[in-house]
Amino acid sequence: MAHISFAGAKYSLGPEESVLECLERAEYEIPFSCRNGVCLTCMMRVREGEPPRASQKDLREGQRQQGYFLPCVCHPEDDLDIESPSDAELYGRGVVTDVTQLSANICRLRLKAATPLFYHAGQFINLRRGDGLVRSYSLASVPRLEDTLELHIKRLGRGRMSNWIHDDLKVGEALDIQGPNGDCYYIGDQPERPLLLIGNGSGLAPLFGIARDALAAGHMGQIYLYHGSRMADGLYYMDEMRSLAQENDNFHYVPCLSGEDAAVREAAGARDGRAEAVALADHTGLADWRVYLCGYPPMVKSAKKLAFLAGAALADILADSFELQDLRREPRE
Amino acid sequence: MSDSLYERIGGADAVDAAVDLFYRKVLTDPDVNDFFDTTDMDDQRAKQKSFLTMAFGGPHDYTGKDLRTAHEKLVADGLNDSHFDKVAGHLQATLEELGVDADAIGEVMAIAGSTRDDVLNR
Repeated sequence: MAHISFAGAKYSLGPEESVLECLERAEYEIPFSCRNGVCLTCMMRVREGEPPRASQKDLREGQRQQGYFLPCVCHPEDDLDIESPSDAELYGRGVVTDVTQLSANICRLRLKAATPLFYHAGQFINLRRGDGLVRSYSLASVPRLEDTLELHIKRLGRGRMSNWIHDDLKVGEALDIQGPNGDCYYIGDQPERPLLLIGNGSGLAPLFGIARDALAAGHMGQIYLYHGSRMADGLYYMDEMRSLAQENDNFHYVPCLSGEDAAVREAAGARDGRAEAVALADHTGLADWRVYLCGYPPMVKSAKKLAFLAGAALADILADSFELQDLRREPRE
Repeated sequence: MSDSLYERIGGADAVDAAVDLFYRKVLTDPDVNDFFDTTDMDDQRAKQKSFLTMAFGGPHDYTGKDLRTAHEKLVADGLNDSHFDKVAGHLQATLEELGVDADAIGEVMAIAGSTRDDVLNR
């Protein structure tokens, strides 16, 4: 049985128990969000010992070399001596420059980072509020086009961070930011490849960034962006998307509504059905395509399988799955 | 013929070329696709990859015990010879599609066939 040394004490790891769970059992409050090896919120560092490879899978090479790992997906067989990374190493400051309502329950948050962040549109950052609450949001901004960070915040029933951003956060206030993280972004290696971008809800944020990044880089292949929502008030940035399509012959915007009647769909100029279903019906042969999937986990999961079976290589399917911490752990209002 | 089977087939590149083809075949076969988990496709692909590396005579750390443990639950759910044969057929078709020569295919199929008793927990 492996032992974990932390803050001067030693703990035995239970069977099946992750390092995060072990520390929680010892009543430490380690910040976390997804508990699934995705958001990197709980990242820690080993002082001695070798973290299992699975707990470093999604980290950057530099972070791996420095011994960072994710305790939420860490099930070591050998003893580890670990520490919390000091905040200064990971977090920088960002000042709010804009909070604008985009739709009934999505607002745009723009931040200016105190020290420039080197990132790709579509990656995500972690925001930390004064009381330590941390949440992940994907980047809609494109570094070569704008110098502020843009995030789209969906208001969730009991979402502590999202409600606070919508109701209380003001221009001029500061937040801690960490990142960038994630590998769901435009890769400019083959500018002639067709791209299929599918998202629902605020999953449009990373896709809006990825599409503009690709176009700004001179991408020549066709780019199709399908944005889905159940109700019409969930579609936003429609003017922005349509002018992008007008300015670029190879960019195509397809809004989709799955829960509205024909009259509403027609007024919005939207197609009938869920975004992934419409997209995969339009494009049945995806060999050589690169596919981007952003939004709710069930959509991402099912679209990944459909895209793969339509011929896309798994390595060419990039996903940003929004794990909704508050909804999973607390009942919805 | 001094090169190993793995080198003749094309090594890691051949595994990369084969894994998506093979995985897509088993996922679209209604006779066997219930046995392939799609909750984590990347994880499942990694498993297919280590299996193919072994079948191609490449470096691997598979043991008969691993194969038994990995398939124990599936056998309890009804995994049998007919499913094994189907999946083996998909492997053969994948190799043919990639233009691997008949001798090498025979060797791969022999390695894959040698795992039958472990996979079926006999």
